[in-house]
Amino acid sequence: MNFQRPLARTLVTDRSTPFIIDLGVAACALAIFFAIVSTGVYWFQKPIPVVPISSSIGALPLYAFYSIVRMTIAYFLSLAFAVTYGYIAAYNARVEPWMVAVLDILQSIPVLSFLPPVVLAMVSLIPGHQLGIEMAVILLIFTGQVWNLAFSFYSSLKTIPREMLEASRIYRYSGWQRFWQLEMPFSTIGLVWNSVVSVAGGWFALIFCETFTMGDRNFQLPGLGSYIQTATYAGNVRALLAGIATVILIVVATDQLVWRPLIAWSDKFKFEQVESADQVTSPILELLRRSKICQTLPGRIWDRVEEPVYRRLAKSEECRVVKPLDETKSGKVSPLLWMLALAGAMAVCWAAVQAVLMLRDVTFADLRLLLAGAGATFLRVNVALLLSAAWTIPVGVSIGLNPKVARVVQPIAQILASVPATAFFPILLMGLVKIGGGLGIGAVALMLLGTQWYILFNVIAGAMSIPSDLREVASLYHFTRWQRWIKLILPGIFPYLITGMVTASGGAWNASVMAEYSHVKGQTLSTIGLGAQIDAATDSGRFSMLLLATIFISLMVVTMNRLVWRRLYHLAETRFKLDG
Amino acid sequence: MQEAVTPNPALDAAPTAPQGSPQAVDDAIIRAVGIEKYYAQPSQNRIQVISATDLSIVPGEILALLGPSGSGKSTMLRMLTGLSTPSAGQVYWHGTPIAEAEVNVSIVFQSFALFPWLTVLENVEAPLQARGETPTVRHERSMKMLDTVGLDGFEAAYPKELSGGMRQRVGFARALVVEPEVLFMDEPFSALDVLTAENLRSELLELWAKKTMPTKAIFLVTHNIEEAVLLADRIIVLGRNPGHIRTDFRVQLPQPRDRKSEPFTQLVDYIYKVLTRPDTVPAEAPGQQITRAARDQRQMHYQMLPHARPGGIAGLLELLLDKGGRDDIYRLADDLAFEIDDLLPIVDAAQLLGFLKVEEGDAVITPTGEEFANSEILRQKELFRNAAVENVLLLRQIRRALDTKSDHTVREDFFLDMLDEQFSEEEGQRQIETAVTWGRYAELFDFDAARRRFVLPDALEEEIAPSEAKK
Repeated sequence: MNFQRPLARTLVTDRSTPFIIDLGVAACALAIFFAIVSTGVYWFQKPIPVVPISSSIGALPLYAFYSIVRMTIAYFLSLAFAVTYGYIAAYNARVEPWMVAVLDILQSIPVLSFLPPVVLAMVSLIPGHQLGIEMAVILLIFTGQVWNLAFSFYSSLKTIPREMLEASRIYRYSGWQRFWQLEMPFSTIGLVWNSVVSVAGGWFALIFCETFTMGDRNFQLPGLGSYIQTATYAGNVRALLAGIATVILIVVATDQLVWRPLIAWSDKFKFEQVESADQVTSPILELLRRSKICQTLPGRIWDRVEEPVYRRLAKSEECRVVKPLDETKSGKVSPLLWMLALAGAMAVCWAAVQAVLMLRDVTFADLRLLLAGAGATFLRVNVALLLSAAWTIPVGVSIGLNPKVARVVQPIAQILASVPATAFFPILLMGLVKIGGGLGIGAVALMLLGTQWYILFNVIAGAMSIPSDLREVASLYHFTRWQRWIKLILPGIFPYLITGMVTASGGAWNASVMAEYSHVKGQTLSTIGLGAQIDAATDSGRFSMLLLATIFISLMVVTMNRLVWRRLYHLAETRFKLDG
Repeated sequence: MQEAVTPNPALDAAPTAPQGSPQAVDDAIIRAVGIEKYYAQPSQNRIQVISATDLSIVPGEILALLGPSGSGKSTMLRMLTGLSTPSAGQVYWHGTPIAEAEVNVSIVFQSFALFPWLTVLENVEAPLQARGETPTVRHERSMKMLDTVGLDGFEAAYPKELSGGMRQRVGFARALVVEPEVLFMDEPFSALDVLTAENLRSELLELWAKKTMPTKAIFLVTHNIEEAVLLADRIIVLGRNPGHIRTDFRVQLPQPRDRKSEPFTQLVDYIYKVLTRPDTVPAEAPGQQITRAARDQRQMHYQMLPHARPGGIAGLLELLLDKGGRDDIYRLADDLAFEIDDLLPIVDAAQLLGFLKVEEGDAVITPTGEEFANSEILRQKELFRNAAVENVLLLRQIRRALDTKSDHTVREDFFLDMLDEQFSEEEGQRQIETAVTWGRYAELFDFDAARRRFVLPDALEEEIAPSEAKK
């Protein structure tokens, strides 16, 4: 197990983009929203057959299969997009600040608020067919997964040691060879760890997305999520439990059969000079490594493909001349490109203005409702964060300071972090309704369920990273318990705690969309909150409210990131870094 | 400006300036004409890293580029290989501009720069793969090369399983497998322990002497003087601020060279003298003086603070006193097992503070230096404080600014901006860091790292004020 690497979803950039770029990105987002909605509304008239969801347990394997296929497609799409995006951003100085700003903002916006417009657009592109919804859901999971992968790849590319790059230049590697022998291997570890987090986030969203209502229409896709939701709606506890069990089974199986072997395998890409003693082991990987076919066959096939490519590339310009690393591209941009850029910018501006004009029908009362909702959701998110921190810090520290326990608990915490809390939410709600609790508490509970594991996981890693000699100093000088916490433990875990909190905060905002509005046993539950506003606006098809709520939520998340988390992160990086 | 001329013992035999003779120009594999490197600054000043330099690499010689850190040795190497474009001037490969030529060179890196996820064999094969060789040819040539460098049987190992010396052997194998015309080496032995380095050096010489490799010239960047004298047929010494050639001469000693022999130590001594006296003009480079003097007057307001710690300065002075107050710098470095790069900043710092003088390659302690070395810590701090305020403009300015301001705090940016006029951003930052170390030791001021500002603690202020008034 690699204990040192914190599990993070949101990567905080230690950099501030010019305000103008943020504005530009915001304008683009608005424009896209407008484009999607206007095409959607136009085509939306065609009916789509509603697939009935069976709640017999015998249907579960098939549903699980559908969900897994959706996940897999979305994941590979994300990976491909992330690699392309990261590559372009890292090697094109001109677009780099823009692309990083886009990453930075999009990774912090709660994806689920985009669900309705995305469904609209996709359904309209493929009218009268299930495929539209299918694509919408996949696209949504994709949007939730892609940013941290892209960020990870981008930052890996940026940290490749200079001499390695120089070696690849002086030996005249082609871009192709550089990609497979230097860039990809160097980024692998980051990509694998981020994939674990991404897929966990994907399940969280998938369970929620497979069923939803817009206006008087019901969109359903056969899958685990819709199974669980149908069971909840019908109050069928047996089916619900079976559904949850399936989800957990899938998560554990993915961890054991996919992630562990991958993490163990990626160990060979560690960029270090000495072999580390602490290695991940995976029986599955051992098995694969031992089999004869796996040893030789992929290599043979790969050689067939690769050799002609290399031979052709060797004749190309880039393989004959040493290209300078510090080459500055000639500053000339063709006038045509300028015109295109200008036209694009104008179109974006126009669409953004149109989108803002959509807000005309928002009344003062609506606005007040939204503001109250924003306040309520903000409070809920922070209460959930505080509650998580309150129990995970002491527990995590006591686990982390005891290596034997940590070795057992940490992989479990990692799996728990991967189990989508959305699967548990219905049963939790049913319990709450029975004892008379409201959705307000339920929402906080869901946020807790979804996010606390990230904090726990990171706190354990942080406590384990406190050097033993510092702990010995503390006992040597008879630090009191209070001193020990203030002088040693809290500063020691601080960077990890912040990483966990940033991730948890993003997750909590995302969860608010699902948590504050729900259909249980044939009734609709809702509470005051931005998430509830988004859902209600979706249900009633009021796009102006939907847009405004989304803007609110995005603004709050981005502002929080900029004002609070980034500063804390910077502090953690500079003052509380225990360099090993 | 001192006018003393340091005689070069090797020079008597053959005074050569290779880029001057027409024959050398025709032969040259790589010829650099007037190459410069500078970085534009936001303020119209630009930071000159290397001033206009001519240099050529001719077949049949091992050329060593020596110089203190910051003299642009590595930048020079990168410009000559085409990895970095000169800001002005042109590099030619057999007469063609290097950006268009099919350059056949290799680099052996200080950090080895091996790909940790490839086996030894795959690492060596990779450059051949880039050249489109078939798998059989790749395998054959790589195995042969691994055999040559003594890595037989290690082909399936990963670099992290090997020792540093073995890893650098892989670096050599990878460099030589493409049969480069010029083999560039960027401090290839400095990450290795002494014995391993010595061993690799002699093996390299053996390969070179036996002509086992088709390489026509070797270009070695190093800060280790003995290494240069041991290996090179020709040595170029660079000076800094900005980087420029101080001297360029041929080493006439026959191979194998004996470190203990008189001509060898003489030559090492000579290079030490050149390096320790940046103001002196070595005999064979008379053209340099005028430009340097002009530049000095134009923009050098601040002295460049050598990055030495006060503890190091005290240690050096105590050692020097122990040796009777005067010793050869070369021997001092030897006694301390220091590289020249580690020792020179300390000597420079002590010289700047007036604690020692450099005469004929010897360090001579001054009366203040002697008192400093003999005193206990508080008195040492006082002496250091006086010397610093007197001799170091930056420290004097910081102290004065702190005294003048009513709240006794000044932001770091204020001084960074002034330093930026003269140093690169990075160097400016380092100057501040050194100033902070010195200032804290001398109790002249303190630095609040969280808010990036200099402060004058009240308690300190009262304690220092009288001692300064005395002066």
